Amino acid sequence: MFELLGIAPQALFGQLLLGLINGSFYAMLSLGLAVIFGLLNIINFTHGAQYMMGAFVAWMLLTYFGLSYWWALVLVPVIVGASGIVIERLMISRLYHLDHLYGLLLTFGLALIIQGLFRNQYGVSGMPYSIPPELQGGTNLGFMFLPNYRAWVVVASVVVCFGTWFLIEKTRLGAYLRAATENPTMVGAFGINVPRLITLTYGFGVGLAALAGVLAAPIYSVNPNMGADLIIIVFAVVVIGGMGSIMGAILTGFGLGLVEGLARVFYPEGSAVVIFVIMAIVLLIKPAGLFGRTA
Amino acid sequence: MTDQTMSGAPVNEKTRQPLRVPVLHMGIFAALLIFFLAAPFFLYPVFLMKVLCFALFACAFNLLLGYGGLLSFGHAAFFGGASYISAHAAKMWGFTPELAVLLGTGAAAVLGLVIGSLAIRRQGIYFAMVTLAFAQMVFFFSLQAPFTGGEDGIQAVPRNLLFGLFDIRHDRAFYFFVLAICFGGVLLIYRIIHSPFGQVLKAIRENEQRSISLGYQVNRYKLAVFVISATLAGTAGATKALVFQLASLTDVHWTMSGEVVLMALLGGIHTIFGPIAGAALIVAMQNYFAGFGAWVTVLQGAIFVIAVLLFREGIVGVIGKWLKKPL
Repeated sequence: MFELLGIAPQALFGQLLLGLINGSFYAMLSLGLAVIFGLLNIINFTHGAQYMMGAFVAWMLLTYFGLSYWWALVLVPVIVGASGIVIERLMISRLYHLDHLYGLLLTFGLALIIQGLFRNQYGVSGMPYSIPPELQGGTNLGFMFLPNYRAWVVVASVVVCFGTWFLIEKTRLGAYLRAATENPTMVGAFGINVPRLITLTYGFGVGLAALAGVLAAPIYSVNPNMGADLIIIVFAVVVIGGMGSIMGAILTGFGLGLVEGLARVFYPEGSAVVIFVIMAIVLLIKPAGLFGRTA
Repeated sequence: MTDQTMSGAPVNEKTRQPLRVPVLHMGIFAALLIFFLAAPFFLYPVFLMKVLCFALFACAFNLLLGYGGLLSFGHAAFFGGASYISAHAAKMWGFTPELAVLLGTGAAAVLGLVIGSLAIRRQGIYFAMVTLAFAQMVFFFSLQAPFTGGEDGIQAVPRNLLFGLFDIRHDRAFYFFVLAICFGGVLLIYRIIHSPFGQVLKAIRENEQRSISLGYQVNRYKLAVFVISATLAGTAGATKALVFQLASLTDVHWTMSGEVVLMALLGGIHTIFGPIAGAALIVAMQNYFAGFGAWVTVLQGAIFVIAVLLFREGIVGVIGKWLKKPL
């Protein structure tokens, strides 16, 4: 067995895998934030709460309706995304003519409401959600033991992220979307229903958060606060990456997950703050973010 | 026509005149002072002290949002950070109350300088996210640092002799110490808003590009107001730690940053007295609904949503509009 700087390879690869898992969630969530921000120009503070709702709805489907994890993967993004569409139509759409900060405040209020309601109903201790039988167990890779479910999470999130990238950068619908980001009035003049595009975009972004929630449910316990702290880290990820590019959001998400994993091996005390420290450095050197366009 | 009429803001010849406090504002300050001088004799002093601390906190925060146009989502870092420093100084080093508050305030100023100089590199929504992220960093630091007591916080903080001479351990005596600090702080903020510095801030808020073209070093003004705001938020936090004789993670948590935003928003962000009213209402609400657990969070969220959707001017802003006078 080889050793690297006095660190056992099992520990190193274990932490890197954990970092990659966290990175998967950072990437999926910051991707959703970037997609929403591109078109709506608001930062969706409710994103963490919607991620938590994704996990909870999956748990509810299993507990109350006996629907398995695989059903949840399909149904939850649709259900939570639809709730997002209702929110956008009823509330967020009233704020587009105002300073974008009001959108931030509104979605912050909504996050408090959703988290408070779930805390009242289910407490803070969390609900267990077991790994689906098809993905239980693990594979021995020789240098480390790889739990199947974790491998699945990484693969699934990579597929989702690049699928989204493909949808936005390479398809006709994505072209409309990018055009509407640049100049909504002009796109509207070409006969495209921009308000509907905006609504669907918000629904899609929220659906992504919910999907991340379903993937997270078997790893972390399903509890009302699971999104609150995560969303702040994702904000830092978004600041580091800049919200200008989809690929930037994906790469920054995975990259920072790995960096956090490395920090947990080499300097555990700093692992909670390493992303914020990186954010400070990026602000000093390249304020617009690594992939950001200068404002 | 000239640019002035196009932007709708005529040149104000009076800005260079000495500060003249409108009679209405003077009256409101006098009424507030009289009320708070008399209040401890018929209301619970600890509740009143909490209102006062949060009123100063909200006013300090609103100096940045309402007058600087910068939405910080991380003011808990200064409030909570100062409360830890002040509590530690009073408990471990036996600092007198005024010195403990002063030290906490100074610590908040330094923290404000560090965070502020980084955060002002981004604008708008990014600024809010950056401040939130740095505040979370302070939170994690407070969770792990050896002197903060982790989940327990710093408990049983003593109220030492004021100036080393006067015994103000009793709630009602301590109340007047808190009143002096908080009222003084609010008056200072009022003075800053109406100074030439405050006028430049408003200009930057209304049109940053234009202020730059007029030759103002916009970033210096932003940093200055950020540091002042952080400093006074620190004063409020340092005082609060002595009031409750406790510094805990609640004060540095992001929910505290959200609460102070809510106070300013509810009262009215473009007003002077709004944050005071907002602070009083939110603190009262928390007090009366304390037994309902997470419903307080739901209610706060609902107030946020309603305030943003229906009355963005805030309560005092609406009253001011009704009286046709800025409050």
